[in-house]
Amino acid sequence: MDLLEFARGPALQTAAYILVAGTIWRIVGIVMLKEKADYSEPRGRGGFFAALKVIWTRAFTAEPFKKATMYPKMMAYVMHIGLFATIFLFTPHIVFFEGWMGFDWPGLPNSVIFFIGVATVISGVALLVRRMTSPVLKMISNFDDYFSWFVTMLPLITGLLIPVRVLFQYEDLLAIHILSVALLLIWLPFGKLGHAFLVFITRGTTGMVFERRGART
Amino acid sequence: MNYTPTVGQILQAKGVSRRGFLKYCATTASLLALPPSMIPRIAEAIENARRPSVIWLSFQECTGCTESLTRSSSPTVEGLIFDAISLDYHHTLQAASGDQAEAARHAAMEENDGNYLVLVDGSIPMGNPGFSTIAGISNYDMLMETVAGAAAVVAIGSCAAFGGIPGANPNPTGAVSVKDLVTDKPVINVPGCPPIPMVITGVLAQFLTFGAIPDLDKHGRPLAFFGNTIHDRCYRRPFYEQGKFADTFDDEGAKAGWCLYKLGCKGPTTYNACATVKWNSGTSFPIESGHPCLGCSEPRFWDKGGFYQPLSTGHFGSGAKLAGAAVAGAALGVAAAAAGRRRQAKFTREA
Repeated sequence: MDLLEFARGPALQTAAYILVAGTIWRIVGIVMLKEKADYSEPRGRGGFFAALKVIWTRAFTAEPFKKATMYPKMMAYVMHIGLFATIFLFTPHIVFFEGWMGFDWPGLPNSVIFFIGVATVISGVALLVRRMTSPVLKMISNFDDYFSWFVTMLPLITGLLIPVRVLFQYEDLLAIHILSVALLLIWLPFGKLGHAFLVFITRGTTGMVFERRGART
Repeated sequence: MNYTPTVGQILQAKGVSRRGFLKYCATTASLLALPPSMIPRIAEAIENARRPSVIWLSFQECTGCTESLTRSSSPTVEGLIFDAISLDYHHTLQAASGDQAEAARHAAMEENDGNYLVLVDGSIPMGNPGFSTIAGISNYDMLMETVAGAAAVVAIGSCAAFGGIPGANPNPTGAVSVKDLVTDKPVINVPGCPPIPMVITGVLAQFLTFGAIPDLDKHGRPLAFFGNTIHDRCYRRPFYEQGKFADTFDDEGAKAGWCLYKLGCKGPTTYNACATVKWNSGTSFPIESGHPCLGCSEPRFWDKGGFYQPLSTGHFGSGAKLAGAAVAGAALGVAAAAAGRRRQAKFTREA
């Protein structure tokens, strides 16, 4: 078994099992926690629509913070949209998902994906620099933040290296790329990358609690 | 004293023109990535070389490699060069058989001790000597006896180079490659199922020219021919970059000649010269005729997943195992929540 076969086979399989088990563990563990009793008089209904409202409004910056957070917000958007495009709109990736799910969708030309990938890495580096230079962010950052950044950027960087063939041959770079994806999948449920599947649960919960207490959302 | 004609004299006798011969030398230089200044040296070396003695051993094989070399649509210069070598032993091509054939092999080995080339096609069964024998001699014994006095060994085809089809899982005969057994002689792997005739003769030409084995890659293949992937040199590569793919063998994309990646093409991971040298006197190669590359010049290509399975298709494991992981995750989640609830209750009581 060569490195590519190992990456495509046992490594990816193990990562998938850990991803599935870890994700469901986190979601079930959080959802089944007992809700804290709130004896205050409700100032709003705090239902499902309150959750949806905050999920929507938190996608944008509140007016007072707009100027101060414009730069990181833009970089974060570029990074997340870039990640989405490189993962889901690159044809070899679509072929991968098709092999797994049985259906496909149109992709973007490779040159466009390459450009998006480079922009994504640049935005990721910009966010890291900000995290390392801002005194407040630096103080509240821990290993989880930096390692999550690392495992997110690694598949992007290794993926971008494949067509330019730097240091290694195609099949070795492809194997390294898949192994880096396996590392990402393994880490995803347990660190701050868990926001990939928790973001709407946490924001929705915040929305319900805030509206019940009468906070402006 | 026996008169041995040079390769140049033999080609002249066969009617190969000076222009045709130099054209072959120029093509060979180009394939070997040598500068034009090397063309006269190649020509001189080939012209003046005495007919090198070649012993061709065929073991567990299908004769496709020999077919590849001999079924040229017209007599090519490289074919004639091959004629010009002294092929002293070849099961399929020689007229002699039985003891006579074996005597010819032994005579060639004695007369050219230390100077002859051994070309091998087919893998060697190590499970049982009786799986494949020639004149009652096991493939292993014949190989080891023959290579003892050889200058170099060329493993022709993927079976000899990597074990090939006989070595595919579950490898019932315990087939191994030449390189697995021959460790004290230079071994050049010329894989392919079959290998390109021009690549075979190109390797021989380089050996005749420089008297040394060419630069090899990690799989023992000459870098001059196996330095680039099929994908690197494929004329359909622009379609890959543009994201234009054939989804089936008869859709509009296939008719328009778009990239065959989604149909399982192994071009990106296959090192060979098909896309540049091509087949059938430079007519085309598999991708040009509409079929994805199978990756036949790569080790264990039979065991690397389906031929029509795209390269980027991963293996997420079985649905049952994923479901098992989900159940395990849910159980862990319930346990974690129960522990959390106990902690909550404890804090509430304390408060």
